[in-house]
Amino acid sequence: MFGYLVRRIATSLAILFAVSFAVYAIFALLPFDPAALTCGKNCNNPAIIEANRIRLGYDIPFWQQYIVFLGGLFAGRNYGEGAAAINCPAPSLGYSFNEHECVTTLIRQALPVTASLAIGAMILWLIVGITLGVVAARFRGRSADTASTIFVLIGTSLPTFLTGLLLLVFVVIKWRIIPFPSGNYTSLFENPLEWAQILLLPWITLAFASAALYTRFVRNAVIETLSEDFIRTARAKGLSEKVILRKHTLRAALAPIATMAGLDFAALLGGSILTEKVFNLPGLGRLSLSAVVEYDLPIIVGATLLSAAIVIAMNLIVDILYAFIDPRVRVAA
Amino acid sequence: MSLLEVNNLLVEFRTPDGIVKAVDGVSFKVDRGETLAIVGESGSGKTVTNLAVMGLLPRKIANISGSAKLDTGAGPVDLLTIPRSELREIRGNDVAMIFQDPMSALHPYYTIGNQIIEAHQIHNQCSQEDSEKRTIELLELVGISDARKRLNAFPHQFSGGMRQRVMIAMALVNNPKVLIADEPTTALDVTVQAQIMKLLADLQKELGMAMILITHDLGVVAGSADRINVMYAGKIVESANVFELFATPQMPYTHGLLASIPRVDRPQLQRLETISGQPPSLISLPAGCAFAPRCARKSEVSGSACELTMPALVEISTGHSSRCHLVGQVNR
Repeated sequence: MFGYLVRRIATSLAILFAVSFAVYAIFALLPFDPAALTCGKNCNNPAIIEANRIRLGYDIPFWQQYIVFLGGLFAGRNYGEGAAAINCPAPSLGYSFNEHECVTTLIRQALPVTASLAIGAMILWLIVGITLGVVAARFRGRSADTASTIFVLIGTSLPTFLTGLLLLVFVVIKWRIIPFPSGNYTSLFENPLEWAQILLLPWITLAFASAALYTRFVRNAVIETLSEDFIRTARAKGLSEKVILRKHTLRAALAPIATMAGLDFAALLGGSILTEKVFNLPGLGRLSLSAVVEYDLPIIVGATLLSAAIVIAMNLIVDILYAFIDPRVRVAA
Repeated sequence: MSLLEVNNLLVEFRTPDGIVKAVDGVSFKVDRGETLAIVGESGSGKTVTNLAVMGLLPRKIANISGSAKLDTGAGPVDLLTIPRSELREIRGNDVAMIFQDPMSALHPYYTIGNQIIEAHQIHNQCSQEDSEKRTIELLELVGISDARKRLNAFPHQFSGGMRQRVMIAMALVNNPKVLIADEPTTALDVTVQAQIMKLLADLQKELGMAMILITHDLGVVAGSADRINVMYAGKIVESANVFELFATPQMPYTHGLLASIPRVDRPQLQRLETISGQPPSLISLPAGCAFAPRCARKSEVSGSACELTMPALVEISTGHSSRCHLVGQVNR
């Protein structure tokens, strides 16, 4: 197991390295002049552009830029010299000339928002999805199953932005249950109540579609597991249906769902652009979106790299988790 | 009464294509220390018969009628009509079952110790340690060495034969009165088959339980069965004690089954005999004998009785009955 872990971590790091190069290369080779972009839309002063080019390190060849970028990740980086120098401490992902801020700082501000959104939404959709899925499987063909099917249909066909807007229109504007989202974000540790109030509708919005998807998935997995030979063995032993469902069925049925949830969670941590936009949340999704609109390349590179790192890390975690759930994997590993 | 008496068992499945009569009026008895073999092709109803007795058929899609009376010691109970909760107390305790494929019949996520101890704990008010002790005792009984250590092994760490031994240990952990073995050796190598059959026969003698052995291979049961029921298309077509069945088979189908057993003393340049044709669809059974379309000897019956009427199960001699219009003539 230990050797396996070391091997997996080493591969993960290698993949991350390759991804970082690819991401950096894609954005460095785009037909934009990042130095020209620093100067604003109607700027045509070549002197300022050239000065910025040198200051931000875009004057050296691409591969050298990449090495400097990597160096910045580990040692931090200075932009410019003397009193006007801007210092981005390690791990530096670059400097955004639009926001006039180190990318790492921007991400540090946005990540807790996105993480709060993702964790809350996932807990919500796992609870709803697994419960409804198990109930639907248990009462297959009866009214509870039909109701769950209707929920699945609605959930999977309503797009996130529509769910979000509907919630905004009714809960916030018509019924005035929750105040209008101000675009501010309160940390959980500052004011938990306000935190939950701000995030409640985004959680529901984000969880809705996934809960529907997971309901369907769990229902099918449970039904399939219930037809396994080892479930018949459990019945032949004289176990009650309750124990068969809890001990014998759920563990086998939910194993693939752990994988799915891990990867979905990783994707969410990269930022949920639509939900953050609809509810005006200052998360990674909104940061990336405005960076794309403004051609703010350092932010795009930083955010993409972070998403990749999260996906790779979650993959690793899911694989390790799987070995705990399914003993057959342990041997193969 | 006998230990287990199945009477006029009828199992029908509702399918989109129509009603499938999987088991049609099957009756048999098993006594303590007796081994009953149920032999037939795939789809002959031998497995469904026993799943029905165990209450393992989904009641939503299966219509079950008839009775299956078990002598529990406190009077007979009908396994087909008692409440589910009472049936659960009997399952795995008085009547235990081992299945065809030990690869899939054990839960892949739990250790074999966990699974056998669980089977013991359901039916006994005793400590975990006592169950563990009993489990080790049984693993040793079925020939698994180093049993204490193996408690923590997972099914995938065992070979097929070892897994079937684990299944047998699990089935026997509560000293069942009846053991139903559903093709216990079909998924195993031939040499392992012989070991498992011998183990089952030895254990039965040792523990004095009744055993119902389901198989499609008459050769497998020749050495261990007392009685043989031959099933075809959901009906018992011949029933006799093992010696009589092998010596004087009455029904042409039984004949075909016997002829298709490979034998060492068969002339060398001769292919193994087969029964031509396919078993009939159980949805639209012909009015007459279900075997008639494949029967090589129906021309010996005058008229077209074989196509028109289903022969009754007639007792020819004591304990030997057969369902054939040729009764008394097939003897060779």
